[in-house]
Amino acid sequence: MRKLAIVKSALKSILRNPMRTFLTTLGIVIGIASVIALMEIGNGAQQSLKKSISTMGVNSITVRPGASMVGGVSSGSGSKATITAEDAEEIVKNCPSVKKATPVVSARGQVVYGGKNWVPFSINGVNEDYLEIGSWSLDDGEMFTRRQVVGGAKVCLIGSTLKRELFGAENPLGKDIRIQNSIFKVIGVLKTKGANMMGMDQDDCVIAPWTAVKARLSGAGQSSISAAGSSAASSPVTTSSFYASAADKYPASSSSLPPVRFRNVDSVSAWANSPESVAAAVSEITEVLRRTHGLADGAEDDFQIRTMSEFSDFLTGQTKTMTNLLLCVAFVSLIVGGVGIMNIMLVSVTERTREIGLRMAVGAKRRDILRQFLVEAVVICMLGGIVGIGVGHLSSRVLAGIMNWPSSISY
Amino acid sequence: MGLIELKNVCKTYVVGDISLPALKNVSLSVEKGEMLALTGASGSGKSTLMNILGCLDRPTSGEYFLDGVEVGRLGNDGRAEMRNRKIGFVFQSFNLLPRTSALENVIMPLSYTASRMGDREALERGRAMLELVGLKDRMLHEPSQLSGGQQQRVAIARALVNNPEILFADEPTGNLDSRMSAEIMDMFARINSSGGVTVVLVTHEPEIAAKAKRVVKVVDGEIASDKVLR
Repeated sequence: MRKLAIVKSALKSILRNPMRTFLTTLGIVIGIASVIALMEIGNGAQQSLKKSISTMGVNSITVRPGASMVGGVSSGSGSKATITAEDAEEIVKNCPSVKKATPVVSARGQVVYGGKNWVPFSINGVNEDYLEIGSWSLDDGEMFTRRQVVGGAKVCLIGSTLKRELFGAENPLGKDIRIQNSIFKVIGVLKTKGANMMGMDQDDCVIAPWTAVKARLSGAGQSSISAAGSSAASSPVTTSSFYASAADKYPASSSSLPPVRFRNVDSVSAWANSPESVAAAVSEITEVLRRTHGLADGAEDDFQIRTMSEFSDFLTGQTKTMTNLLLCVAFVSLIVGGVGIMNIMLVSVTERTREIGLRMAVGAKRRDILRQFLVEAVVICMLGGIVGIGVGHLSSRVLAGIMNWPSSISY
Repeated sequence: MGLIELKNVCKTYVVGDISLPALKNVSLSVEKGEMLALTGASGSGKSTLMNILGCLDRPTSGEYFLDGVEVGRLGNDGRAEMRNRKIGFVFQSFNLLPRTSALENVIMPLSYTASRMGDREALERGRAMLELVGLKDRMLHEPSQLSGGQQQRVAIARALVNNPEILFADEPTGNLDSRMSAEIMDMFARINSSGGVTVVLVTHEPEIAAKAKRVVKVVDGEIASDKVLR
């Protein structure tokens, strides 16, 4: 009760002199507002940095088959066909840190349209989630659907380089192109992405449903299995048996080189929720694949997982540096604001010696006076702080709007 | 023993190497219910004497008993409590808090009383005090909206709000014209006679001092004369 009365009398004496209060508060308002605005803009910048870096593929995780070992001779990564399309589905279903995953089968070959031909850098068979996983966006047309993936539809999307080489100024939508010896219909054009970090032209590509690529194009899904000498067995396969064959993807026979089946794919590409959750996603994927592949506890993994961990480490370091920098700036601003309040309160004490003398004459003790000024200072700080938060938030929004900066609330 | 009992009080201000005696061996006794005027030229030591009597300052040597308590032994807080409970002050320049209503000015000392009364009770008491000094219809006015005489009456109400034993008035009419001065002096007389409050006035005006019951003249830090008028 008594404490309430002190705060009340402090509020009264603050309101008694609005101009002085305003000037006193101004310092702290500016201090707090600059901290809030800085933190919000900084946070927004961080998030947009994170976003733009993640489009470079930091979130991506590649699962490839393991190496086969026959009589002490290793055939290298991917020489054993252990990764299947079901693995991709299992990963999406059972790994909370993974957002999307797609099976990938690759092929190479000539693409022909009319009188022109071109050999694209990559021909990838993927599923309907690939655009998001590869951070692609569409320039024109549309992505193929899950139905088309399941049905092995002979449709494809082409990159901008391929469009330029084959079609020039012509609109490629709805046109038929020949890939190897099969006819695929172009249903979409990908937006230009430029070279990747290794300097390869990412726009020189074709993507199509993985089922169609696997069934129609020779050399698909067996990029390195040639060592096993079983490539001819896998293709062509009739599309009607795509999903019927799923039941026996892991045959009971424990041959060191399992036969290549239709469901075997070159790799699985997964997309983690965020750059930070890549590590968690890797361990989840490992667990899921070991279970679905039925590996015994002591057995070696029959797959390999690759991430761009170096790059994500860089990203984390970058984020940390930026946070520290912003903290330093915020700290300085706060100190400046605090010193401002201190000065004004000091001035106000000298200015109010008369009032202090009077209060002491009517029986105020030293600590009563001290408490009065302290409570007033604290109340002014709080008022200034509240106003400052509002002003800071508003100004960061306005700045973000004007300068097209990202801003987000920092907690 | 009287309400105020000064025994051989000296007060010396030391400035650098020089010590300036302001009071030299002052002994004074004031009974309850007296109305006393301290007069003297400026620099005679009457203000120093009042500061000591009002528990604002401590004597360098000698003893000062106020209502049986030796003030010289009390610390800062003890003297603050003494001022709060036993003493009311009226100043020459009124010293009201600016931008604060008359009523709030009057109840301000109550917030420093150890046994603090509730808000409603305090306001009630403040109103009664303002009524006593004839400012019933000016309670919510701020000092800038009041005349000098009215401001001084608010100050008197403030001095009386804690039911003090003694009222100290330091040149209470110094800033007022003669008509207002007479009004204020009548008020002191009334407070003294009907309320039984001991009043100590400090003034250099003989006509004001003549309204008191007893006049003590201070010259060069010593009591030169002590006359009982009525």
